[in-house]
Amino acid sequence: MNKIWLVIQREYLSRVKKKSFLLATLLTPLIFPAIMGIFIWIAVEEKENQSLRIIEVVDENNLFFMESSDQYAFSFSDRNVEEAKELVQKGDRYGFLLIPKIDLKDPKGITYYGEENPNMNLISYLESSLRKKIEDQRLYDSGIDPQILSEIRTSVDVTAITLDEEGGERVSDATVNYAIGFLAGILIYMFIFIYGNQIMQGVIEEKSSRIVEILVSSLKPFQLMMGKIVGIAGVGLTQLLIWIVLIGTLTTVVTGFLGMQMPQQQALEMAQADMGEAVPNGELGEILAVIQGIDFVTLVGAFVFYFLGGYLLYGALFAGIGSAVDAPSDAQQFMLPVTIPLIVAYMGLFVFVLQDPNSTTSFWLSIVPLTSPIAMMGRISYGVPFWELLLSMGLLILGFLATTWLAGKIYRIGILMHGTKPSYKTLWKWIKTSN
Amino acid sequence: MLEIKQLNKTYGKNRALTDVDLHVPKGVIFGLLGPNGAGKSTLIRIINQIIDADSGEIRINGKKLAPDHISQIGYLPEERGLYKKMKVWDQMLYFAQLKGMSKAESKSRINTWLGKMDMLSWREKKVEDLSKGMAQKVQFISTILHEPALLILDEPFSGFDPVNAEIIKDEILELKERGTTVILSTHRMESVELLCDQVAMINKSRKILDGSIREVKSSYRPNIFHVTLEDLQAPLPSAWKAVEDGGLWHFSLALEGKTPNELLAELMQMGQVARFQEKIPSMEEIFIHQVKNRDYE
Repeated sequence: MNKIWLVIQREYLSRVKKKSFLLATLLTPLIFPAIMGIFIWIAVEEKENQSLRIIEVVDENNLFFMESSDQYAFSFSDRNVEEAKELVQKGDRYGFLLIPKIDLKDPKGITYYGEENPNMNLISYLESSLRKKIEDQRLYDSGIDPQILSEIRTSVDVTAITLDEEGGERVSDATVNYAIGFLAGILIYMFIFIYGNQIMQGVIEEKSSRIVEILVSSLKPFQLMMGKIVGIAGVGLTQLLIWIVLIGTLTTVVTGFLGMQMPQQQALEMAQADMGEAVPNGELGEILAVIQGIDFVTLVGAFVFYFLGGYLLYGALFAGIGSAVDAPSDAQQFMLPVTIPLIVAYMGLFVFVLQDPNSTTSFWLSIVPLTSPIAMMGRISYGVPFWELLLSMGLLILGFLATTWLAGKIYRIGILMHGTKPSYKTLWKWIKTSN
Repeated sequence: MLEIKQLNKTYGKNRALTDVDLHVPKGVIFGLLGPNGAGKSTLIRIINQIIDADSGEIRINGKKLAPDHISQIGYLPEERGLYKKMKVWDQMLYFAQLKGMSKAESKSRINTWLGKMDMLSWREKKVEDLSKGMAQKVQFISTILHEPALLILDEPFSGFDPVNAEIIKDEILELKERGTTVILSTHRMESVELLCDQVAMINKSRKILDGSIREVKSSYRPNIFHVTLEDLQAPLPSAWKAVEDGGLWHFSLALEGKTPNELLAELMQMGQVARFQEKIPSMEEIFIHQVKNRDYE
């Protein structure tokens, strides 16, 4: 035990003390707030410095009055198409909108001409204002006052409440659950890949530099392998912890700072422009209720469990692969059986689990140990029956024991083999060898 | 000290060791000789408990080889390795602790050894910044830090320049003086003759000879004598292929059933005997002779 501890310490400290670890750990969380900050800053700058773009409207129906916005102003004149084109070419106008004689029931032929490619924003702005005009016009024609219609329009919101077995209720929301499942699943996926590779590189380094011969004369190969896997897990957890703290504080600071810079009115307008419609005041409270409704103890507990369980399960396999080859380039041939279940889990998370967390496919993906660390995190925020969680966790522990046993068998022979490229057949032989 | 009985090991269909017996007394330097692939490395790995034998018994000081012997064995493999990115000091500390030493004791011994080898200034250097010879010294010290009772050195001089090889040789002799038993596996016969008290030779998985250097040499006397004669009484038989050099005639003669005294008496009739010396085979000659003979069998 004492010797495993020495290995864990070395593996942990030799990585954490590296400058590259410090840089990656400190810079990665800076990237998110930095990108967010830059976007917000650009948006604010654009709002402030934007020159008004004037668009000429040639309306052959004499019906449409386009309301100007912050970005676009519309000029109406009785110019014909040729004259309008000339205006645009001379640079007097940003573009012009041609509305030919149209049938209101089936409007066709409305065209926008511009010097440069119009952005999506402009086109959708034009489309929605034209649609509204046409609809209003048709309402009048049918004898309905659009004013009445907008008064009748009602916003309906279904609050989802999950009942648990004890009769307790909690508010849930598919979007929040989706986001949580998505984030947790991706984090575990990335963690397994990045740190699994580190295990493999470490094993290959020890093997190819022949340190391993000295090491295994001092301790059992299994101790060496487990020490490495656990030590690197420590590095990953340290990094994760630092990130959570850093991202949390930095995001709050940056958004808080920019939020104060941005005039309240503009911020509100931007939010409205994004969502198309005004946010009812109740929705914010609802999101809070949803967040409060999430069982964070279960969520965090499950995350840590699947995070470590998935890592240990795959980590052992990565160690086994590293021990079998002489150089990282030789490892490719054995990577496939490890990467495929990971990618299946990752794709399954988006295609099945997050779409329908209670489908049969989602169930199996979250039970089978090779995919459960990623898939179960997609289900957990939606609420998973206790027995399913227990089964999945139990199987993951069994799976981890199985891969560790398997990898240990390959490892203890592989690390001493040099110069031969093993095939699956040789690996199988190593597994069968009893000592 | 080390007692090996009927050791067998096979890898699939290949025999690596066949019924190997070995007796290494305490405080000697024991040469383990043999061509590449003979089974030396397998034997060393089994003693180090890196791999298990299929059958046979190994005892150290009368006790069956067990995991707690690890702290009493020091092992320098032929293919050396150190962590390139680790500092000399950290590396030595790691290896010493893995051999079961306490941190405090490891530190004081590392300091002593670094001082002794004039290497204190390298303490904080990374291995990748050291020359090959320096790294070899670091490796050697790491092997003996825990003062093993049994030291197994596989080709210890490869990679050393003559000056450093001399330093290492002196260290090995000093360790022997202090009672360490050393097993030296090598192809370099000159270091065997210089250092070893006893040898064993392994070829094609079997032990083919063992004993003290003197015993081995005397059992492999070719019974040939180097002779120099002067003042010849009669011409020498042409079959002797004598070479003349300023009145001295040099040649080699086999005993062919006679005793050395009988041969000498015959020679004395032929002229003045200036030299009559038995040809002693070098370990290298014995080695080559043995390996070749067995290969033709």
